[in-house]
This record gives sequence, C-alpha cells and structure tokens, in this order.
Amino acid sequence: MSHHLLEFNDVRFRYPDGTEALRGVSFRITHGESVGIVGANGAGKSTLLLHMNGYLLPTAGFVTVGEVPLRKETRPEIRRKVGVVFQNPDDQLFMPTVFDDVAFGPLNLGMPPDRVRERVREALYRVNALTLADKPPHRLSGGQKSAVAIATVIAMEPDILVMDEPAASLDPKSRRAVIGLLNTFAHSKIVASHDLDLILDVCARCLVIRDGAIVADGPSARILSDATLLAENNLELPLTLQGRPAMGGNAPMSAPRS
Amino acid sequence: MHMADALLSPAVGTAFWAGAIGTIGFASRKLKARLDDRKIPLMGVAGAFIFASQMINFTIPGTGSSGHLGGGLILTILLGPHAAFLVMASVLTVQALFFADGGLLALGCNIWNLGVYPCFVAWPLIYKPLAGDGRDRRRILPASVASAVAGLQMGAFSVVLQTLLSGKIALPFGTFLLVMQPIHLAIGAVEGFVTAGVIHYVRAVRPEMLDSVASTRPLAAGISLRNVLAGFIALAVVTGGALTWFASTHPDGLEWSIERISGKGGLPGQEHGIAAAAKRLQEKIAFLPDYGFKPPEGKSRGTEEAPAWPNIDAGTSASGLIGGLLVLAMALGIGWAIRAFRGKRST
Amino acid sequence: MTFEASFSGIGRLDRLSYRDTAVHRLDPRAKVVATMLYVVAVISFPKYEVLSLLPFFLFPVLMAALGDIPAGFIARKVVAVSPFAVFVGMFNPLFDPGTVAIAPGVSVSAGWVSFASILVKFALTISAALLLIATTSFPGICRAFRRLGMPALFVSQLLFLYRYLFVLMEETMRVVRARDLRSFGRRGTGVRVFVRIVATLFLRTVERAERIYGAMLARGFRGEVPSMRREALGPSDAVFVLAAASFFALCRLVPVPETIGRLVRGFTG
Repeated sequence: MSHHLLEFNDVRFRYPDGTEALRGVSFRITHGESVGIVGANGAGKSTLLLHMNGYLLPTAGFVTVGEVPLRKETRPEIRRKVGVVFQNPDDQLFMPTVFDDVAFGPLNLGMPPDRVRERVREALYRVNALTLADKPPHRLSGGQKSAVAIATVIAMEPDILVMDEPAASLDPKSRRAVIGLLNTFAHSKIVASHDLDLILDVCARCLVIRDGAIVADGPSARILSDATLLAENNLELPLTLQGRPAMGGNAPMSAPRS
Repeated sequence: MHMADALLSPAVGTAFWAGAIGTIGFASRKLKARLDDRKIPLMGVAGAFIFASQMINFTIPGTGSSGHLGGGLILTILLGPHAAFLVMASVLTVQALFFADGGLLALGCNIWNLGVYPCFVAWPLIYKPLAGDGRDRRRILPASVASAVAGLQMGAFSVVLQTLLSGKIALPFGTFLLVMQPIHLAIGAVEGFVTAGVIHYVRAVRPEMLDSVASTRPLAAGISLRNVLAGFIALAVVTGGALTWFASTHPDGLEWSIERISGKGGLPGQEHGIAAAAKRLQEKIAFLPDYGFKPPEGKSRGTEEAPAWPNIDAGTSASGLIGGLLVLAMALGIGWAIRAFRGKRST
Repeated sequence: MTFEASFSGIGRLDRLSYRDTAVHRLDPRAKVVATMLYVVAVISFPKYEVLSLLPFFLFPVLMAALGDIPAGFIARKVVAVSPFAVFVGMFNPLFDPGTVAIAPGVSVSAGWVSFASILVKFALTISAALLLIATTSFPGICRAFRRLGMPALFVSQLLFLYRYLFVLMEETMRVVRARDLRSFGRRGTGVRVFVRIVATLFLRTVERAERIYGAMLARGFRGEVPSMRREALGPSDAVFVLAAASFFALCRLVPVPETIGRLVRGFTG
C-alpha cells in the first residue's frame, strides 16, 4: 500500500524573514502507522505539518506522498491524500453550518450531490455528531467543534490524517472522547501535540523535533519515558509515567509545559 | 445615521435598492476578475471585525459623548474599493437584520450612503491624492480626516435628500441640513483620526498589508475607476433629478402609478376591478389631502388641496378610528390565542 | 447599548432562528419576498395615514405567534433600535400646523398625525425585519439572496461574516472587558485606547483569515465556495406568499378599519 507512504528527505525551509524553521528533516512514515510529533514551542512542528499538504513548499529537499513528489502542480493531488486538521477548530470550521462545512471538501473534489450527502453522513456518524448537521459552528461546544473539525477532513477520505493539537483546550471528558475517536481510525495518523499523554495513548511512534531538526525517533513508550531527553526539549514525562499517586495532595507543582 | 424604512417612499427606497444591487454586482464582477483567493476569507472576517469594533464605544475627546467606527474608509485603504464596498454592504445587511438598523428597504439607501461614498468617491478622489503612495507617514492623518469627513458629509447629505424626496417629514430642507451636516463633521473627524491611527499601527507591524493594496491599484483600476466614478456621478444626477421630479409632481409613487394604470380620466361608470379600487383609493385621497412631498418653503402644492380640510366627514373618521382599534385588538387577540393554544398543547 | 447587551441580543435572535416551527420551515425565499412586499406595502401609505396601517399588525403578530417568538423580546428590540426615524419625525408636529378631525368635534394637528404615521410604519417595518431573522436562519436568508440573483461572491462574503461574527464578538468582548476593568472612570475609554484595540483586533483578524485560508486550501478550495441546493419551494411556500401578498394588497387598497367601523356602527346605531 505504497500510497499511504509519507517521506521527508532532507527537507529545509526558510521563512521570507530569514528564519530557518526546518534544517534537514528526514523521516518515513508507512501505511497505518501512527506517529506523534513533539517538541518545544517554536521547534518547527507547525512548519513541518504545513509541508505535509503543501501549504508550504520546501526551500530544499523533497517531500513525497505515496508516489507523488510535492511540487506546486501536484498540490491538489497531495491535498486529496493528506488531510490536515488545524489546531483551532474555529479556523477549521469556516462554513455557516456543520453540514456545509463537512460538505466543503467533497464538493471541491467534484462529487455529485448525492455522494456528498452520503459522505457527510458517514463522516459525522463516525465522529458521533450526526445530530449536529444543521447547527451553526458557533453554537457547538469545544468538544463538538473538535469532533466536527475531524469529520470535515475524514469526509474527504484522505490516506493520511494529520492533526495539530487535536485536543487543545478541551475539557477532560471531551479530550478522552477525541482520543477514543482517533484510535478508531485505521489511517496513517500524524499528531503534533504538547499533550504527551495523548501521544502515548494514540501513537505507537514518536518524533522529537528541536530547532528544525529531528533529535529522536522511536517507539513512544521509550521516547516518552526518557526524562532527560524530554527535559532538554522543554517537555516533561507524561502524567501516566510520572508515578505519582493519583490523589497525592502534596505532589510538587510541575514546571510549566510550554 | 442609518436611514429608516418609515421615512422612505417606495419610489426612493426601490431606486436606491436598485443602485445598491447594481453596485454590488459591479463590485463582485470587478473583484472576481482579478481576485486573489486569499481575499475571500479575509473580506468576510474583516466584515465581522468592523461589525464587532462598531460595538465598542469610546469617548470623543472634549465632549464626553461616545462615538463609534463607520469603517468604510479603513476597509478601502486596507482592501481596496471593490472588496471594501462588498464588505460594507455585508456589514450593513447583517445590521439591518440583526439590529434592524433602518430596516430592509432602507438597506439600499444605507449601502449607498455608507458604502458608495467612502469607497468609490472619498477614497479615490480625496484619500489617494492626499496620501500619495502612503510612504510618507505625515500625509496619512490629514488624508484620512479629509476623506472621512467628506465621505460622511456626502452620506449625511444623501440621507437628507432621500428623506425629503420621500416626503414623509415636515422638517424643512435647510433646517434638516443644518442639523445633519455639523453632527457628521464631528463624527467624520473622529473617524479620520481612528482610521489614521489604525493605519499607522498596521504599517508598523504588517507593512506588506498596505503595500499589496497600494501596489495593485494603479495597474488594475487606474482607468476604470475614473469611468466608474463618472458613471456614478451621472447616475446620481439622473436619479436625483428624476426622483425630484417624480416626488414633486407625484406625491406618492404607488397611487400615481395606480392612477395611471386605471386611467383616472377613463371610461365613466366603470365600477369594477382595478378601476373600482382606484376610485375607492381616490375617495381616500380626498379624505387625506396633502399627503405628499411638502416643499420646505411652505408655499406648497398642498394649498390647492387645503380647502379639502374643512370638508372632512367626521363620521368617516370616527368609523376609521373605531374600526382601527378593533382591527388592532383582533390582530393582537389572534396572536394571544395562538400562543395560549400552543401553551396548552405543549403542557 | 453596552457591548454585552447587544451581543446577547444578537445571540438570542440567532438562537431563535434555529427553532423548528411551521414558520421556520417555510422556504427562506418565501419569507424574504413576503417581508419585502410587506415593507413596500406599509411605506406606500401616504403621509397622514394611520388607521389603515393598523391591519398590517396582523402579519408580525402572526409570524411571532406561529413562529413561537417571544413578542416582548421583539417589542423591546424595536424600541431600542436607532432613534433616527423618531428624531426626524418629531419635527413634524412643529413644522406642520394644519389640523385634522379624527372624530366629531375632536381634531388634532396634522403634524402629530404624520408623526404617528411614521411611528406606526417604523414599528411595523422594524418588527417585520426582526421577525424575518428570528424565523429564518441567517444562512437560509443568504441562500435565498443567492437564488434571488445576488452575486455568489457577495453571498459567500455574507456567510463568512456571519460565521466569524460570533467568534470576533467574543474576542472583542474579552478585550473590552479588560479595558473597562482597568479604566477606572473615563480614562481608558478614550480614542487612543480605542485605536489600539481596533488595530490589534484587525491584525488578529488578518492572521485568522490566513489560517482559515490555509484550512480552505487543505480541503481543496480553488477560488469558488461550493454550495449545495437544499430547499425546493413547496406548496406551503406558494400558499404563504400568495396569502401574504393578497392580504397586503387588500389592506393597501381597502380601508379595512373604516369598513369594519362602519359595519359596527351600522349594528349599534
């Protein structure tokens, strides 16, 4: 299933103001893998994600999705294969109703209306939001917005699902629901997040990025239990691996995460 | 200074609706021809921004009263005239619906008064020449104040004109003008200051935002804009002239047209259909003289109808009053009954 | 009106518009057309007409009752709305000294009659506009505009504006709250602070638009916002428009109150 393959080969990117955001990133993600991307603020995570669907084009190096190399002309094709869920659902959900929003992608793919309706129903059903179809996004709760944002992307049936902070600013129950949802997808998944517990729950593999380069790549269980590595990257052990008693009243204040 | 439905006659209202829709169509076509897709979400969000910032009030220095932002000029400087006009039209539409600012028919007038003047007149004719390419910081303030004041003066004048052409108020032209123009002088000056302040700030933080508008303009619209303006001025003169004539000779558009359709001096004795309706209408007209446009000087065409006053059949009026109150009570009663019935059904 | 009051007013109207009643289910086009006809019929009455306008109250009353819209809420909004019409109409009694008899032996100044006419027209047209939005979701009205021939670009503009209205109002409200909390008395509400707030909000707006654009591209946007036909005009819509139009025409052409009054007087006397 080579079309589910995502490969970065020595990718470099420099913003117009001269900031070098990526300095030679290489990795390869194969079919069905779920990969977490972690790193400090400003390490280059967002820039990396924006290359995955060609919103940004590398200054040097290659990105390949399936057998298609990312170039200006291949962007529409790449965007069909890679679905990106952006961090703020208010930016992701730009249409006036949930239905219109989920239908936006399929309609742009040129599907006939009946097919589109079917796709929208399926996608909303999968994220458990079928009853929200006629609601305007500003009437949804944070958790509902995140679920619908994911539906907008899976309605396009991408081969690879990319998510930036899928559970940021959600209450614990909604966050748990999103984690459950992500685990139902058989897609290749790439999740960038500061929520290391979420990465641990969802992703088998984890990349650590610092100053625009990958500094660690391996099984999440190993990487996310390496306290020294995490500390070097302004991160800390996931709560589940911190070994403190769940109800311990006098646990020390943890360092700020960001 | 939102124009209101209640002050409009159908002729003036529909004429300005037509003008507004025509301009929306024109701006959409212009924009579509050379629109960078990026602007589509930007325009929408900018509209929401104007709407939200209009809701913040601030204290006008020295007066203690509060002002708020119109937005037409600032949008034109940041987005260009066609995009800015569409955004203003959208903002006013949302206001007409959610705030009922003015109402639905007056929306045409409001789009005209608050959209066309700042975007297509004040910006190209006053702001651009005064501000130049915008590189000279010191020119921005005078340019914004002058064009904001001019745009609002035109808008205010337009409100006065629309109101008087509609003929529903008795306020003399000169008095009305003397009230409206100075108020809008102050509002315009404040708008100009705020606009300049925002432009300075944007220039400091995101200079490329201003350059993109400033640089695309002369190439794409330098010539056509002048044509457009000429067209607008011609249109304004023609509609203004036509409306003045229409309003002064035919006080009420609908009645005038019904009189014409039914042929007032037509076949005698024809007492059914539209002619009968028109006859009844004429009876009513006799009962309500001087219903139309009232020239400010007071020596109105109403004088010829004035003798009708003493002839009012007080009995007819009494019937009207009794019936009117009954109808009102019935309307409210029906509403109340439906509500009561619903309440019962839902419990 | 304070920021929070107008914000919650809009929010309430918007929530009402998503109710599910017979009136809400009518095609948006039918309601837009009927409301426009209504407004034109109302304002086509001459300057001194008051009584013949009264039957027109039936339309907003019916829309509110059948659409389950709280009448008090709409009435309060009508009163709170821009006082411009009232302000301008107020001069009528001053400048129009003629008199008109309204009952045997009772006469009032013509200026007061025309002022009353403006007030009644104002109440009718404004409540009709508010009830249109309270019984029709804004996206529905936009779809109606599109199908009635408004340019696609303008309509997608309106939809974006609506979508981000609430997001930006919330953002603005947070900033205004912060300003008001720290500006004891007047100082913080001056123009300078206002300019700062507006400029910051504008830049955030631009950044948000860029992120939205990115999200649109990610889902295959190529310059055209696609839309799907969802409503078809049904028989009930046709009946609604026809009934409304004939009612307006009847009330416009026949002096209904006078006729009823004559009948009543015929009975009693």
